[in-house]
Amino acid sequence: MKFAVLVFPGSNCDIDCYKAVEDTIGEPVDYVWHTATDLSAYDCILVPGGFSYGDYLRCGAISRFAPVMAEVAKAADQGKYVLGICNGFQILTEAGLLPGTLRRNMSLKFRCHDTVLRVENNGNPFTTQYAAGEEITIPIAHGEGNYYCDEATHAQLKKNNQIIFKYVNNPNGSIDDIAGISNERGNVVGMMPHPERAVDSLLGSDDGKKMFTSILKAWRDRHESASVR
Amino acid sequence: MSQQVSAKEPNAEQIAQQQIYKQMGVSDSEYELICGFLGRKPNYTEIGVFSVMWSEHCAYKNSKPLLRRFPTSGPRVLMGPGEGAGIVDIGDNQAVVFKIESHNHPSAVEPYQGAATGVGGIIRDIFSMGARPVALLNSLRFGKLENERVKYLFEHVVSGIAGYGNCIGIPTVGGEVVFDDSYDGNPLVNAMCVGLIDHDKIQRGVAKGVGNPVFYVGPPTGRDGIHGATFASEELTEESEAKRTAVQVGDPFMEKLVMEACLELIDTGIVLGIQDMGAAGLTCSSAEMASKAGNGLELYLDQVPQREEGMSAYEMMLSESQERMLFVVEPKDEAQAMEIFERWGVICSKVGKVTDDGRLKLFHHGEIVGDMPVTALVDECPIYDKPSAVPAYYEQNAAVDTLRYEEVTDLGGALEKVLASPSVSSKAWVYDQYDYMVRTSTAVRPGSDAAVVTIRGTRKGLAMTTDCNGRFVYLDPEVGGKIAVSEAARNIVCSGAEPLAITDNLNFGSPEKPEIFWQMERSVDGMAEACRVLDAPVIGGNVSLYNENAKGAIYPTPVVGMVGLVHDTDHITTQGFKAEGDVILLLGETRGELGGSEFQATVHGVTEGRPPQLDLVVEKKLLDTVLGAIQHGLVASAHDLSEGGLAVALAESCISGGLGAIVEFDSTLRPDVALFSESQSRILLSASAEQAEKLQDFIVSRGVPVQRIGRVAGENLVIHVGGASALNRPVEGLKRVWEDTIPCLMK
Repeated sequence: MKFAVLVFPGSNCDIDCYKAVEDTIGEPVDYVWHTATDLSAYDCILVPGGFSYGDYLRCGAISRFAPVMAEVAKAADQGKYVLGICNGFQILTEAGLLPGTLRRNMSLKFRCHDTVLRVENNGNPFTTQYAAGEEITIPIAHGEGNYYCDEATHAQLKKNNQIIFKYVNNPNGSIDDIAGISNERGNVVGMMPHPERAVDSLLGSDDGKKMFTSILKAWRDRHESASVR
Repeated sequence: MSQQVSAKEPNAEQIAQQQIYKQMGVSDSEYELICGFLGRKPNYTEIGVFSVMWSEHCAYKNSKPLLRRFPTSGPRVLMGPGEGAGIVDIGDNQAVVFKIESHNHPSAVEPYQGAATGVGGIIRDIFSMGARPVALLNSLRFGKLENERVKYLFEHVVSGIAGYGNCIGIPTVGGEVVFDDSYDGNPLVNAMCVGLIDHDKIQRGVAKGVGNPVFYVGPPTGRDGIHGATFASEELTEESEAKRTAVQVGDPFMEKLVMEACLELIDTGIVLGIQDMGAAGLTCSSAEMASKAGNGLELYLDQVPQREEGMSAYEMMLSESQERMLFVVEPKDEAQAMEIFERWGVICSKVGKVTDDGRLKLFHHGEIVGDMPVTALVDECPIYDKPSAVPAYYEQNAAVDTLRYEEVTDLGGALEKVLASPSVSSKAWVYDQYDYMVRTSTAVRPGSDAAVVTIRGTRKGLAMTTDCNGRFVYLDPEVGGKIAVSEAARNIVCSGAEPLAITDNLNFGSPEKPEIFWQMERSVDGMAEACRVLDAPVIGGNVSLYNENAKGAIYPTPVVGMVGLVHDTDHITTQGFKAEGDVILLLGETRGELGGSEFQATVHGVTEGRPPQLDLVVEKKLLDTVLGAIQHGLVASAHDLSEGGLAVALAESCISGGLGAIVEFDSTLRPDVALFSESQSRILLSASAEQAEKLQDFIVSRGVPVQRIGRVAGENLVIHVGGASALNRPVEGLKRVWEDTIPCLMK
């Protein structure tokens, strides 16, 4: 399984995502520049955190116009796996690949600390290794992580099981304590907490590992069933 | 255009007659010297360039004789003071690069940008050496937090640090925040950056190779920060507010791009010399690079990227616009360098040439607008040996008996009061605004004795801390200086690391005052001796003087930034108690020393007397013993005793571990003195019941005093002193008091 970690000017969790793939599942992974126009070689695209384009104008608002984003949309359309973390989540909502938007934290301050998340949907390709309702410790580090969507969208999210993670103690004012969601099809996931920072107990938690093992398993299952056919 | 400029700027005669140089901080005798070096009167651009090069900030003219007293070499030191940052060997072809620098004056008038650009500047110092920055720390001082202006400064300094560090993606892992009246109106904002480098990648700021091109990298130059270095070398007055234009504006996004591009450039191996444009911008970087190579430099100012129209040579040379670098490569490598910056979307412009005439020559609009000998700029600034005098307060304090206060019997209440002091209380309100985890190597987060960052691909780690108790330094600068270094070393050792070296940030009032100079002199002596005994040389630092206003000078605050090496991540130790039943040991001797203590200030409302004494030989033995015990795997938790003494150390270990403790402290001191004395060279350890015996034997065999004082148990902190019950408080309640102080004050 081949991973791409996108690099926008100002991405700063790109290295962490790269290391997390290496350390948790050891699958091949490349940094892919924001100007790239071909993602066909990759099975999973990680859109990392950071301050792409300095978060100037609005988080993710400039990145969505980067050439690589058209390729991300194409990959999502082909059913490939896409995971946006923190700034990556913001970029995916700006690009229209995920519904809703991220507003400033209710405290109006940047917040960095561990949070406890509840796995709301363990049927998603990124979460199959978790138990339903499992509580996991994953850190946050953001100033604009307050998820918002209108009521109709919220109803849709609930109906389609698109809410993947919820905060046990809401740190930012997100609607319905939402920490992470998927698209309707389930192959594109966005979340504010950083699973790539939770893959080593020496650094505080390794509860994020299962996201990487889950996606590898999902890909293998799909790949094997495809080759059997 | 050039006439327009000259109409605005005085000519050489006017500068002399109207003594305009004085507004730039140049004295009459210095002006005479400059005229001598030039063989004529300097024009406006030249006097501007000299004034910043000869400011305290760049030339250390009042502090150099003192700085020479520091030990600066050692078997591991690869680069001492003089370059952007010092470098220490950590084995395996790796080295650690670190430095601390102040941004006090800018932060006093524009806290957000002042603090943010302080962070930006210190990061450039690190990556200009070729190192990858891996962590940031900050040492902050403010007035009393009840004051509205202080709240404003505190809030915006913290968000400025957060805004810059978070965006550029370097974790802010530690530091300190202290509140005391002496810093009212004169906040201290000292930023430290730590980087990692391979030995063969080390860069220097030299303009090598006559005829080689000099490149400018980074955003265009504007009129911001003109005369920032001179501004930083004056006392703060009401007019300081009007000097707001001297404060620069930071763009961390730009710095991230400049950093990545420069590190990529350095990786190619084509760079001959590189230096950041910090204080005094283009002036300082060009003059220093030329000086270090023994060469000259020509600058073509029309080629300098400019953000504003009609900038004069004076303005361009003195601008402190941020995120700019200067580098030299051979002509054949120009294209390769340009390609890298183009790809990162960073401006890179050829602005000069290395020459062999030893002069800094400035060209603008086809004319020579400045021509100065490089050595005069860099090396010839007069160095002043200031008179020093023992202050009256120091004499008076000799007679103060710090044990004369009426006995405090409500010790639980006293503990809560000290825990609720903003300086002692939890700083989570501060560090939760910092991304301290990005780069995924933070093994010990802010809030323990020292932060620890792991080194990928090895089992090693780096421990780091900043420390200085200004009250102790004020009461006795020499002892206070020793304590600052020793406390830093104790924090490093408690985290499981071996102290390597220090960087210092000497924050003082005006050196023109003999009593202040005495403080400088004595504290440097104390620090230097501690560095020698504890094997921690000074590899670089910064001096910030004139930290005073109408109300007086700050407490002398020579901040120590120390880095230590964790030889194996298994050694990493934190302050929190680990398990019910663990045995608690107190190492070191507790004497009746309340002078300068948090208890004295918080409960008795005074800072007086002499500070605790410190024997460096005893300290060294303690440090070696504790590090040895940790490395032998005998220790569960380790915590240095500092502000608030034994009572606060126990409370913090309980709070961090979420566990209670039952303590029987055998002491003949009065209970309030025993619990809150800040006697030095003490460390609190805990160990599992199985290991405790072995640990105690180990400590005794090394000749370090140790007392088994209790065990980790229950949900309360229960303390008996000399057989009598002293206090009994639920840890949860202590935690609330400790955690709520700053958030409540900042609501």
